[in-house]
Amino acid sequence: MIEPTTLYTLTGALLILIGFAAIMLKRNLIKMMLGFVMVEAGVHLLIICFGFIPGRTAPIINTPDLLTDPALMSAVPQQFVDPVVQAIVLTAIVIAVGVTALMLAYVVRLYGVHKTLDVGRYVSLKW
Amino acid sequence: MRQILTPIVLLLLGAVLWQAVPFTAPADISEIGRRFVEFGVADNRAANIVTSVIVNYRGLDTLGEVSVLFLSVTGAIFVLRRREGLILATPTPSSELVATGARLLFGPILLFGAYIFAHGHLTPGGGFQGGAIVASSVLLLLLADRDRAMAHNALGWIESMSGFLYVVVGMVGIAIAGSFLSNKGILPLGLWNDLFSAGLIPVIYVLVGLKVGSELATLIDAMMHSGEKEGTQA
Repeated sequence: MIEPTTLYTLTGALLILIGFAAIMLKRNLIKMMLGFVMVEAGVHLLIICFGFIPGRTAPIINTPDLLTDPALMSAVPQQFVDPVVQAIVLTAIVIAVGVTALMLAYVVRLYGVHKTLDVGRYVSLKW
Repeated sequence: MRQILTPIVLLLLGAVLWQAVPFTAPADISEIGRRFVEFGVADNRAANIVTSVIVNYRGLDTLGEVSVLFLSVTGAIFVLRRREGLILATPTPSSELVATGARLLFGPILLFGAYIFAHGHLTPGGGFQGGAIVASSVLLLLLADRDRAMAHNALGWIESMSGFLYVVVGMVGIAIAGSFLSNKGILPLGLWNDLFSAGLIPVIYVLVGLKVGSELATLIDAMMHSGEKEGTQA
């Protein structure tokens, strides 16, 4: 039986590769941008997997008398997955949204100037 | 050329990933993560440890993150607002059903967004997620009625005041507890799992929620109305 973490990391790595393939092979700007979004999604999945341990739950403390009982307190880290990677990915998702919006805005402007989304026909960029 | 280079680059990238990524689960969480989980409730009284990390332990990084979001949204709006007519398609007016449904749902969705960012320290969620939900209610309104005018001044004020107050709250931490965005001794920590607990964390997350919500709403408005300033067909 294949381990869930292996499956998730493989999916993340595959998403990154597919995204890069789309960026390099496609000529349509929207499709290239979708490639970027797939790379971002793959990276997020990979980072989450670095702190994921099967059988543990999200780090939201749900034991009411945690502060008074030292025995409960010391058992706490064994129940939860790593909060650091989750915080990093939350940051990364927000920034990915902003960057995607900026990319889309440039796509709209480029379409307005060149009247095409095909990068092969942006002759002013060729050397 | 591209057809030859692409497989080579992808193969190299795949090899790098194969080497760099551990494909099995780690034996235990990282040392710093263990410390956050162990002392998070004692330090901040916040049930959600991820919120504790984002708003308190790494609050300065979150300020940077908010700035990055602000800059990229500003850049996108700046790029979209140039006054060259570009209308991709003539919009068809939405039906009565969509318009009424959007007006009906706007309030509850806005309230749900506010609920998400006010409960960021207790449940999964927080300022960024709540802000996105708030912006989605604005998107719904604009989808139903493209010509609806947004209160740009009010949105700008909400956005800049919440960003400003975030920094002010951080400065208060320097003045009272000696470190930026400190959570010690400014507001009472309260009881675990209470709405009014965790000291400054809900205050900061409400500010972040307002900021992200108004920013994304402005961005959605700019995208819907890009190039329409002259009102002429391109």
